[in-house]
Amino acid sequence: MSSIQRDLSLTGQPPASINSIQKIGTAIGVGGLIILLLALFNINLLNKTLWLTLSLVSIFGGILLFSYGAYADKQEGIKNDGVWFKSISSRGFLAWVAGLALTGFYIVLYFKADLLGLSAEGENTGLIALFDPLSKILSGNPASQWFVYGTLYTIAILGFGIKFLWKYRHNRYERLRTISVMFFQTAFAFLIPEFMARLNSDDFSLPYYDIKNVWPLNYYNFEQYRVDDFISAGEIGLALLLFGIASIFVITPILTYKYGKRWYCSWVCGCGGLAETAGDSFRHLSDKSEFAWKVERWVVHSVLVFVVVMTTAVISTYLGYDPDKYWLTKDIFLIGVGVFLTLLFTAIWIFKKEELQKDARYGAFGYLVIVLALIGIHYTSGSTLFLIPAETLRTSYGFLIGSIFSGVIGTGFYPIFGNRVWCRFGCPMAAILGLQQRLFSKFRITTNGGQCISCGNCSSYCEMGIDVRAYAQKGENIVRASCVGCGICSAVCPRGVLKLENAATDNRINSREVLLGNDVDLMDYLNQN
Amino acid sequence: MEHVVIVGNGIAGVTAARHIRKNSDKKITLISAESEHFFSRTALMYVYMGHMRWKDLKPYEDKFWAKNRIDLIQAYVEKINPQEQILHLADGQKLKYDTLILATGSIPAKYGWECQDLKGVQGLVSKQDLELLEHNAPNNEVCPKAVIVGGGLIGVELAEMLHTRKIDVTLLVREKGFWSGVLPDAEAQLISEHILSHGIDLRHEEELDKIIDNGTGNVQAIITKKGEEIPCNLVGITTGVKPKIDFLKDSGIETDKGILVNRLLETNVKNVYGIGDCAQQREAIGLRKPIEAVWYTGRMMGETVAQTICGTPFEYNPGNWFNSAKFFDIEYQTYGWVFSTKNKKDYEQHFHWKHPDNTKCITIAFHKESLQFLGINTFGIRMRHEVLDRWLNEHKSVEYVLQHLSQANFDPEFYKKYESQIQATYNASKQTA
Repeated sequence: MSSIQRDLSLTGQPPASINSIQKIGTAIGVGGLIILLLALFNINLLNKTLWLTLSLVSIFGGILLFSYGAYADKQEGIKNDGVWFKSISSRGFLAWVAGLALTGFYIVLYFKADLLGLSAEGENTGLIALFDPLSKILSGNPASQWFVYGTLYTIAILGFGIKFLWKYRHNRYERLRTISVMFFQTAFAFLIPEFMARLNSDDFSLPYYDIKNVWPLNYYNFEQYRVDDFISAGEIGLALLLFGIASIFVITPILTYKYGKRWYCSWVCGCGGLAETAGDSFRHLSDKSEFAWKVERWVVHSVLVFVVVMTTAVISTYLGYDPDKYWLTKDIFLIGVGVFLTLLFTAIWIFKKEELQKDARYGAFGYLVIVLALIGIHYTSGSTLFLIPAETLRTSYGFLIGSIFSGVIGTGFYPIFGNRVWCRFGCPMAAILGLQQRLFSKFRITTNGGQCISCGNCSSYCEMGIDVRAYAQKGENIVRASCVGCGICSAVCPRGVLKLENAATDNRINSREVLLGNDVDLMDYLNQN
Repeated sequence: MEHVVIVGNGIAGVTAARHIRKNSDKKITLISAESEHFFSRTALMYVYMGHMRWKDLKPYEDKFWAKNRIDLIQAYVEKINPQEQILHLADGQKLKYDTLILATGSIPAKYGWECQDLKGVQGLVSKQDLELLEHNAPNNEVCPKAVIVGGGLIGVELAEMLHTRKIDVTLLVREKGFWSGVLPDAEAQLISEHILSHGIDLRHEEELDKIIDNGTGNVQAIITKKGEEIPCNLVGITTGVKPKIDFLKDSGIETDKGILVNRLLETNVKNVYGIGDCAQQREAIGLRKPIEAVWYTGRMMGETVAQTICGTPFEYNPGNWFNSAKFFDIEYQTYGWVFSTKNKKDYEQHFHWKHPDNTKCITIAFHKESLQFLGINTFGIRMRHEVLDRWLNEHKSVEYVLQHLSQANFDPEFYKKYESQIQATYNASKQTA
């Protein structure tokens, strides 16, 4: 990540402070958080329902008041004044405080939930107990640390979503997209799974399922306990299981072909939803260097391979050997995975080889060999599948990727590394969608002829660290695996150069020697050579 | 190996360097006194406003230059000796060249006002100007009040910049509407109102008479031509720019306002070329001005001269005029020729449409008799360069353009479309005419 560089000669002492309405908003919001802290330290809050309501309303209301103070008296338009001057959004002191607080919260949440008051037997205490009343209204059960997290997460997306709507009120694409992520978070991620839990009884149990969460983002979706639950829950369960499989193999490729990965990453996904709302103030912190891009490609695709291997291993452990009992045996499954991956690789190699960079070719080939070798070893060595036991793979994936990468680093470090660290470097779902988007999609960001002035607003505000300007100033369309289609590059462009579009796949990627506007003969001459 | 030396690392010089590298193995040296690396001059405002950092203005990573074997020298060229093909640098060094490209750009034009060189009087063209502005106007305690003289694109940018630091701005504009030397009156009016709505004290038909010293060499106030005294701490001079050519005196390289060049961008001296806004065409091309201080023309000259130097001579023959800008929150694009009310050609007729909310409007210029489409200005609506360029080349009629206007729309997805309103307004105007 790029170092903090404050060229003092160029930054002076501009106004970086917030106005009094924003200060009051901040105070109210912090007040709401203090109530949570009091609960956390087991201060006995007598009427839990009242205190919880007060806390959540204060947090939500504080965010709204802050936004009102920030944008209400300003005209419609881009609101990036002072972004690099404010401590919170320029890796200053406040940013580090926020980063450490968030990181600490995630560590406790994932690894020390008992500190939050989680109790396996008996009543919850502390912070989690504070959320019991709300949880009981929704699902009928006491709260868990995940319920607490889910509630705060949803409030963050809704509150900062409204802030974002205010900020970009002139931009209909941004408005619709934000309403979409707010809806999917509230309905699909938060409410529906809680209501689904109400359906559960002694002889009927659905696993907790946010159905917009697609494998491999929900890497645990095909673990034994869930698949058992799905199957034992009859037709509804089976339908959900099949939907989960169709999501990744059918629905996702079709939608990504038509609209690019944005349909998921910046319109539906919960991680994306938080990044686009609560994380919006940090989008410019992403690293734009070519080096970061290289790291991104290797890391995110390695995570993808990891999740494929892990899931394959985990599923194969609970499949049997006897084809008479169930048609899907361990052998059929493993051979199926091997054949699928080989076919996929071959198809890409035949049709899209020219579009792959050298390192992508090495990487794709290398990883295919590794995966096939691991499957092969199973047949030669017998018992220990994939050299490492599946359970070890599963727990290490959950720890390293599911908790540390997506939570602690991905969200905890928003104020330091930007808001899409997880989406860019870690999310295996984004990696799959990215491959589809890069190789097989109608989506692109069109560059408007010769109008680019290389100002750099697009690159600066790209949360995925894409150097958008590098393409725009060459008159080249932007077709990048990582682009989540947030549309901010187009919004901040002062010259109307960029437009997100779905259109015919021919000439989606073009590079011009000389840009539009120059001598027609010169352009013809150079484009022929 | 042939040594190509380029003086000036702005868009013109850098584009020339890049294209010469693409097409040849010549030794390339890029000299600039202003900054070590190429940066986007048009984006200087965003650093002051806190949207970007200085390093974000650099379109290429610092390693780019070595990788592409473009040598960078940060030095000031004091004079040129074309007979010996030598550059004299301010630090005393000499540099030999085989081919020289002059791309020195512009400096603010001042018009001999009394006290125009006081501290606190400045333009906004260079990196040094930005640093100076940080010094002169870091906040509204040091600089509570600024007066900007001149209503062009830099003037409105400077007003927006100072406004973000809550500095009170008075903007003096000679004409009746903002930039009405370029924009048709209705548009100039719309932009004037928008600037006023942001709390800028925009004064029309007002000019600078003189600047008053506070006794310590700093600005105390200005006096307008109408005689009003406006106290201020900063005077922004944005009355246009002029080519930076003072160092060419006595070099034998012919100059007028700028460096005189022919269509091959050659000066009167062999192997010396002039590109960008320091260059002046001996004869204006089409309806263009002989000197064009615009990003795109600088780039296009760089693209062209590189071909010529690399053995495929091309005349500078720019295509249809286009440009764009942003006035606070209103984006502006233009394609083809739409002249201001004052400069309108005899054959030129305008169709104008304005949205009731006063943030969007378009003007289409067409030929009175043949109805041929001549150009379009849009405010608050983005247009597709490629489509309009094609229509201009194909001499489409104004009616064709209006009927197919949606094909040229470049607004983000889901934006409201105004084509039918625009068409209805046109049809109504035809019936009344």
